Amino acid sequence: MKKKKAFENFIHGIFLILGLITVGCVLLITVYLIISGIPAIKKIGFWNFLFGKEWASTAKEPSYGILPFILTSVYGTAGAILIGVPIGFLTSVYLAKLAPAKIRTVVSSTVSLLAGIPSVVYGLIGMMVLVPGIRKLFHIPDGASLLAAIIVLAIMILPSIINVSITALEAVPKEYEDASLALGATPVETYFKVSVPAAKSGIAAAVVLGVGRAIGEAMTVMMVSGNAPNLPELFGSVRFLTTAVASEMSYSSGLQRQALFSIALVLFLLIMLIDAALNFFLKRSKEG
Amino acid sequence: MNGQLNTRRKIKIGLLRVSCGLCAAFTCFLTLFLLIYVLAKGIPNLSWELLSTKPSYLSGTIGILPDILNTVYIIVATLVFVLPLGVGAAVYLTEYAKNKRIVAVIEYAAETLSGIPSIIYGLVGMLFFCQFLNMQTSLLAGALTLVIMNLPTVMRTTQESLKTVPQSYREGAFGLGAGKWRVIRTVVLPGCIDGVITGCILSVGRILGESAALLFTAGFAHALNGFFEGLGSAGATLTVSLYVYAKEQGEFGVAFAIAAILMILTLLVNLLAALVGRWFKRRQKL
Repeated sequence: MKKKKAFENFIHGIFLILGLITVGCVLLITVYLIISGIPAIKKIGFWNFLFGKEWASTAKEPSYGILPFILTSVYGTAGAILIGVPIGFLTSVYLAKLAPAKIRTVVSSTVSLLAGIPSVVYGLIGMMVLVPGIRKLFHIPDGASLLAAIIVLAIMILPSIINVSITALEAVPKEYEDASLALGATPVETYFKVSVPAAKSGIAAAVVLGVGRAIGEAMTVMMVSGNAPNLPELFGSVRFLTTAVASEMSYSSGLQRQALFSIALVLFLLIMLIDAALNFFLKRSKEG
Repeated sequence: MNGQLNTRRKIKIGLLRVSCGLCAAFTCFLTLFLLIYVLAKGIPNLSWELLSTKPSYLSGTIGILPDILNTVYIIVATLVFVLPLGVGAAVYLTEYAKNKRIVAVIEYAAETLSGIPSIIYGLVGMLFFCQFLNMQTSLLAGALTLVIMNLPTVMRTTQESLKTVPQSYREGAFGLGAGKWRVIRTVVLPGCIDGVITGCILSVGRILGESAALLFTAGFAHALNGFFEGLGSAGATLTVSLYVYAKEQGEFGVAFAIAAILMILTLLVNLLAALVGRWFKRRQKL
C-alpha cells in the first residue's frame, strides 16, 4: 500500500513538472531577452537608444537610435488597424447576425483559409502585385514602402478580428435583442444599437489582438517594406522593429548584435503591454 | 407615422446592411483572389524535376526535395516533443491541480506564449538551443523552438476534450478500486484522443506556415539528408526557402511553385480540421 502511494505521488510529480513547463518557457524567454537586451541599452544610453533618430549600425562611427523602427511599427500597425478593423468588424456583424446559414459556412471557411495562409506567401504576393502596383499608381521609383506593408498587414489581421468579434457578438443574450425588436426597432438597428454595444469589450479585444498580430509580424513586412532604416513615410522605404531584428542578425557582431537583442526586448515589452490590455478586455467581456 | 423619418431610417438601415454584405463579400473575394493567383502562377512552374531533385550549382537547376523533406522532419520532430508535453500539462490542469493559483499561473503562461511573435521565438531559440545547448543551427533546434510555440495549442485542445469526459466514468473507475494513474491511463487519456488529434492538425498548419522562428534556428541549407542526420544539420523548410528564393535570389518561378504547394497544403489542413471537427462532434452526440 505504501509502495502504491509512493508510485502515485511520483506520477503526480511528473504531471506537475509537465504542467509547469509552460511557465518555465515564459520565464526562459523573459530572462534571456532581459539578460541579452540590457547590455547594449546600457552602453548606448537609454535615451539615445530609444529616441535616437539615426540607425547606422555598420557606419564607421555607428549610431544606434531605434526611434525610426518604433515609429514605423506604431504607424504601420495604426494604418493596418484603420483599414482592417472596419472591414473585419462589418464582416463579423454580417456573419454573426445577418447571413443565411449556408453563406455563413462558406464565408467562415474562407476566413479560416485566410488565417492559414503562410506569411511568406502574403509577402510574395505583396512583392509581385502590391509593390509594382503602388509604384505605377503613385509614380514613385520603388513601391516597397510603408503603404504596402500597411495593406498586407490589414489583410493579415482580418481573420483574428473577424473570429474574435463573431464570438463576442454571439455571446450577446438573446433577450437584449428581443426587447429591442419588441420596442419596434428593425433587426439591423437592433444589431448595431444593441448587440454591438453589448459586445463592445469583446470587439475591443479583437482590435487589441489585431494590434498584437500586426506589431509582431516579421517576414511579410520584410518582403514588402523596403527595409531602409528611415523615419516613417507613407511612400518611403521603412524598417519595422521585427524586421530590424531579422534583417541584420545573420551578419551582426559585437555591440550591433547586442543592440538587436535590445530591439527584441523593446518589442517583447510592447507585446506584454498589448497582452495585458487584451486580458483586461477579455475579462470584462466575460463578466458582461 | 412620420413619412420623412421613415425613408431616412430606411436609407440608413439599407446602407448598414449593404456595407456589411460588401465587407463580407470583399473578404471572400480577396481570399479567392489570393488562392487563384498563387495557384495560377505556381502550378505551371511545378515539375517532377523540381519536386524530386536537390539544387545543383553544376547544372544550375533548382530542386526542392530537401526542403520538402526538411518540412516533414521538422513537423514529425515537433509533434514527437509537443504531444507528450501538451497532453501532460492538460492532464495536470484538469485531473491533478487543486491549487487555483497554480492553475491560473499556468494558464496565464500559456496565453502569454501564444501572444509572443515568432521572431522573438526565433531569437530566443537561437540563443538557448543553438548557442547555450550547443546544437548549432539545426533542424532539431528549430523543432524545439516550434515545440514552445505550439505547446499552448495542444494544451488547449486537449483540455477542451478532457472536459467532455464524463465525471461519472472517473468515479466508476475509482469505485472499482483503480488508482489515480490507472484511471488516467485507461479512462481519461482515451477520452481526449479527439483533442489531441485536433491539436496535431492545428500545429501542423502552424509549422507549415512558420518562417521567422526558423530562419535563425534551422537555417537555410538545402542538403539531402535522412531523418536523424537531417535533424542534426541545418536545413530550410518550404517557407524559409520560399523567402530565400524570392527575396535573396530573385527566383520567382520557384517561389510561386513553393507558394502553390503551401497553399494546397493549407487547404488540405483546413479541410481536415473541419472534417475531423464535424466527425468528433457527431460521435459525441451518440
